[in-house]
Amino acid sequence: MRYLFLFVALTVANAAVASEGMVILQKRCVSCHEISGPAAQSVQELWQRKGPDLFYAGSKYNAEWLKKWLVKPRRIRPAGHHPIQHIQPGKKRDMVDTTTLRPHPALSPSDAEEVTEALMKLKASAEMMGTAVFKGGSISASFGEMVFDKFNGCMACHEIEPGYGGLSGPEVYTAAKRYQADYLVSFITDPQAWNPKTPMPNKHVSAANIQKIVQYLQALAKENWDEKK
Amino acid sequence: MRKNKLFLTLFVSLLMLSSAAWSDDAEDNYKNYCWQCHGMTGDGMGLNVQDMSVQPRDHTSAKAMGGRSDADLFKVIKEGGLAIDKSVLMPPWRDSLSDDEIHGLVKYLRKLCQCG
Ligand code: HEC
Ligand code: HEC
Ligand code: HEC
Repeated sequence: MRYLFLFVALTVANAAVASEGMVILQKRCVSCHEISGPAAQSVQELWQRKGPDLFYAGSKYNAEWLKKWLVKPRRIRPAGHHPIQHIQPGKKRDMVDTTTLRPHPALSPSDAEEVTEALMKLKASAEMMGTAVFKGGSISASFGEMVFDKFNGCMACHEIEPGYGGLSGPEVYTAAKRYQADYLVSFITDPQAWNPKTPMPNKHVSAANIQKIVQYLQALAKENWDEKK
Repeated sequence: MRKNKLFLTLFVSLLMLSSAAWSDDAEDNYKNYCWQCHGMTGDGMGLNVQDMSVQPRDHTSAKAMGGRSDADLFKVIKEGGLAIDKSVLMPPWRDSLSDDEIHGLVKYLRKLCQCG
């Protein structure tokens, strides 16, 4: 009897240490998302990860976006997390087999709040972040598109509006809504520092043009895409 | 005894996984990095091509690939299209792949085009 009491007391103490958001993450998210790292070290290991890594979520996402998206998730990667698992050869090009793409689990608003709080505590290492930061400023959408598409070829893999652009990477017209500006600068500067096996190449964009690209992504994110879809 | 060996192998693989630079085989690399544009069969009709202003090379065509030396192929994979006065749409892969892995891909391309 005494031991049972001790056991219960210990369990309660334990739960107090792990936040409510962390408990939800452990129960409902870790089967698909890595929350303690490190990133996949081989291509095979990468393909086994069912969702994007979240172990540096606090350095990556905008908390406001997270809270909303977790309640009402919508697709970000038009061909899924690993396109090679969702495509088949078609007449003119490889096509996405959309029947293999599953909707993302949704949370209640209060759970989303707790989970966001827990995720925002997971910070990236200094090696991942690097030293580059976003310096602010703005750019016209048409000049931004030249830098993104013509000069650097980024549109090959990314949609810059629904239905226009490449399909293997995440849509970028909402990227600045989802991600912190410093993260965007850092990831474009050195994608392999975040994920050594990412299918995104380092295109060695000049530091000045990376600032312009992030300004462009911010301009894109201002449009109301949900309404336009 | 057998179990011990299995355990040892597992342990060694784990050790190898935990040390950073892991060399992947050419087929996995081709699928992870090149399929997006060059296609699942290597014929240049990948997932991304619809809105691309320059089409990816058909790696299965002996005609399109035969005129290139191994050194040419190595260079374009490592440094990208711009390095050989071709399209910026062909990315440089030197930050994703080691020289050994790029040599592996050159061999793999030779198998695809059955040339050279
Ligand atoms: C069945 C597997 C699965 C489970 C379970 C799951 N996810 Fe995901 N998650 C995914 C996939 C796949 C994506 C990519 C979706 C897309 O790009 O459209 C994703 C995307 C995300 C993203 C956006 C990532 C980004 O950078 O674009 C967040 C945040 C996220 N999940 C959080 C969670 C949380 C929190 C939970 C637990 C409540 C959870 N996920 C449970 C598979 C899963
Ligand atoms: C060969 C295809 C390809 C090209 C070219 C490419 N990307 Fe990506 N990009 C990807 C993929 C795939 C991802 C998803 C990365 C991951 O999950 O590791 C990505 C992710 C991103 C992200 C979001 C980061 C994240 O964590 O989701 C941004 C921003 C981005 N790319 C910008 C760019 C810019 C800017 C360029 C041009 C300099 C570019 N991309 C060129 C494939 C590409
Ligand atoms: C973002 C799309 C994209 C990706 C991803 C990509 N390529 Fe390319 N590749 C192209 C385009 C476009 C061309 C045609 C360039 C031209 O003709 O100007 C090309 C051309 C080539 C050529 C022919 C170059 C020549 O000598 O004319 C080779 C070889 C090649 N790619 C290999 C690869 C390999 C290997 C990978 C994966 C590691 C890869 N590519 C990934 C778009 C891509």
